[in-house]
Amino acid sequence: MKRDNNNELSRRGFLKKAGLLGLSVAGAGALMEVVFGDDVLAASAAESSAAVRWAMVVDMTKCAGRDACTDCMTACHRAHNVPSIKSRRHEIKWIWKEPFVNAFPELRGGRLRADLAKTDFIVLCNHCDNPPCVRVCPTKATWRRPDGIVMMDMHRCIGCRYCMAACPYGSRSFNWMDPRKALDEKAINQDYPTRTKGVVEKCDFCAERVDHGRLPVCVEACKEKALAFGNLSDAKSNVSKLCAGRFAIRRKPELGTRPEVYYIV
Amino acid sequence: MFEKALSGSRKYWTLVFILLALAGAGVFFYLRQLSEGLVVTGMGRDVSWGFYISQFTFLVGVAASAVMVVLPYYLHDFKAFGKITILGEFLAISAVIMCILFVFVDMGQPFRIFNMFLHPTPNSMMFWDTVALIGYLLLNLFIGWATLGAERKGVAPPAWSRPLIYISIPWAVSIHTVTAFLYAGIPGRHLWLTAIMAARFLASAFASGPALLILLCMVVRRYTSFDPGREPIQALGKIVAYAMTINLFFIGLEFFTAYYSGIPGHSHSLDYLFFGLDGHGALVPFMWTSLGLAVLALALLINPSTRRNDRWLATGAAAVFFSIWLDKGLGLVVGGFIPNPFNSITEYFPTAPELIISLGVWALGFLILTLLYQITVAVREEARQ
Amino acid sequence: MHDRIKIFGGLALFIALATFPVWYARATGRANVAPEPKLVNAGKECVNTRAYMREYHMTMLNEWRDEVIRDGKRVPITVAGVKYQKSLTGSCMKCHANKADFCDTCHNYLGVSPSCWDCHNYPGERKHETR
Repeated sequence: MKRDNNNELSRRGFLKKAGLLGLSVAGAGALMEVVFGDDVLAASAAESSAAVRWAMVVDMTKCAGRDACTDCMTACHRAHNVPSIKSRRHEIKWIWKEPFVNAFPELRGGRLRADLAKTDFIVLCNHCDNPPCVRVCPTKATWRRPDGIVMMDMHRCIGCRYCMAACPYGSRSFNWMDPRKALDEKAINQDYPTRTKGVVEKCDFCAERVDHGRLPVCVEACKEKALAFGNLSDAKSNVSKLCAGRFAIRRKPELGTRPEVYYIV
Repeated sequence: MFEKALSGSRKYWTLVFILLALAGAGVFFYLRQLSEGLVVTGMGRDVSWGFYISQFTFLVGVAASAVMVVLPYYLHDFKAFGKITILGEFLAISAVIMCILFVFVDMGQPFRIFNMFLHPTPNSMMFWDTVALIGYLLLNLFIGWATLGAERKGVAPPAWSRPLIYISIPWAVSIHTVTAFLYAGIPGRHLWLTAIMAARFLASAFASGPALLILLCMVVRRYTSFDPGREPIQALGKIVAYAMTINLFFIGLEFFTAYYSGIPGHSHSLDYLFFGLDGHGALVPFMWTSLGLAVLALALLINPSTRRNDRWLATGAAAVFFSIWLDKGLGLVVGGFIPNPFNSITEYFPTAPELIISLGVWALGFLILTLLYQITVAVREEARQ
Repeated sequence: MHDRIKIFGGLALFIALATFPVWYARATGRANVAPEPKLVNAGKECVNTRAYMREYHMTMLNEWRDEVIRDGKRVPITVAGVKYQKSLTGSCMKCHANKADFCDTCHNYLGVSPSCWDCHNYPGERKHETR
């Protein structure tokens, strides 16, 4: 019974997809973009049929104004042994703050809601559905898992930094030096490795925790519950409900990368 | 034929040892980079490719330009190039070797470079670039060595070299096209995201490579017994003039699209490179020098009276070479990273170790070129006697 | 063939030098001291036989690595009723907590320096190894 249901759904989904795809092939793509916007097109183009599609929703109405709070960042960087390097050129970041106009540069200018211009947004890897970093990697050291997590295999990375050039979100960091030299030996998390010099790293949605049914560190650390993590393929999940009920934006959707980190503003 | 590289004039040996010393200095600093990491360079998380990759990009063009002598000679039977095709092919060999070395010194984990072949990834343009470059290197090695060997014995080149030569012509175009695709396929880097990138790369390659070949022919004529003759050098001058004109035209097209469309992202990098952006403009003088040299070069090379004068021709060729080196070598790669994805600016300045390592790679390339040209000249001398 | 003596003499010298380590070890008996890695928690059962682990532990670790990171197969291995995560730090080093006496003894003897410790921690690590 259940299986039939699923088949029915996927058949309908397929027909819808095929129909939309056909339309766009027929040259109506540009029109559709204007009419439906990016999100419908994104869903129609190559939506994974996977039962699980991890995503994050950042509720900026809860996060805004807490300039002194660094809970999510501190927890993440401590859990993953991310060194704090003073030099701006060499620093390594998995999750950090950027002013709104820097996180959304295309929205700069004009009359912006007064509070937004002053708000720092939480930024991290967007775990894109169509990630350019994965497309360019010459060794498959970074790839997209079926559940949407863009993973990084630090054992395989040759340090060519093509992914850094390709990421339009500045989410990737390179180990310009041995990160252990900049780590506080006493504060280290013994259960998580460090990195070696010459490899690229970034947020991996805490794949090692998610695979064991736990939430990412940053989500757990946020006392305001501003970060929500869940399965977008499940209409009843917290993230699906948040996106359905509130106005959420994504960074640089015009590039077709289809980010999976949403911001409620 | 290798033994020919072991005997030469005092000047030859002086040059060889100077190049060796420079390469040695490069190796010394590379070992430091190997132990400390790429922190010894001026690159950072915002400008994550710098001098190394820009030299690589420029030199792929020099390598591809060998086709500008091979194609007229083999496809159009342009006899004047008969004497210098081998010089073009050997220039391509040393340029490709420099390209590979520049990519190598840019790697964060160079000992893992074989992961590229252990885990081949056809969706990555870097994979195709590696395939194209290694193929091109092998093609030119086989062709160059076979034709020179035949010349030495006074016989026609072996039959198998003929198809290789024909393959090498589109292959040369492919190496620079794929190198352009490295950049042109990336969303969010507006300076690079242009359909004309491959065309621009080819135009600038067919200007800078033959310009270098003109200068090399003049050096060979002056310091050795081998005279390439006046006609091929003049023909190269015309090729450079045409290619450089097209190159400047293409750059003009980029300016039009960026500024007439008025889309901010499309003009930001050009703003930074040519006019300065938000008070940052480290590359502005270099870009205008490049443009100035380009205009000077065109004036000298288009005007027949100056082009026919060897001294002016050499000046024009040098101007083209440095103009494109600045534009494509420095501006294009670094400019693509500025501003960064957060629309803020981190400027890039290469460090001394970075420059010495780069100089070391150039020296190694020119050492290989010197040895190959020495062998060529000696073989020609022997054949004449 | 005036140089016969020189050629054969040189060859003999080369062979003597090339096989020197063998002669030296035979004569002094010093290199024959096989390393004896010390086991702690010796009573417990390992994830595989001793012979297999001796020969293939590095292969197995690479396989674990690829399964866990690349394929997301993080299901633990059960041996004698005990569950082991496929993890160098999380499982191996929990039993073999004495890296110096266990891992290094053989690695040093064989002259291999695995890059594992560039990133992975081990118990009792006083200061991280840096390269």
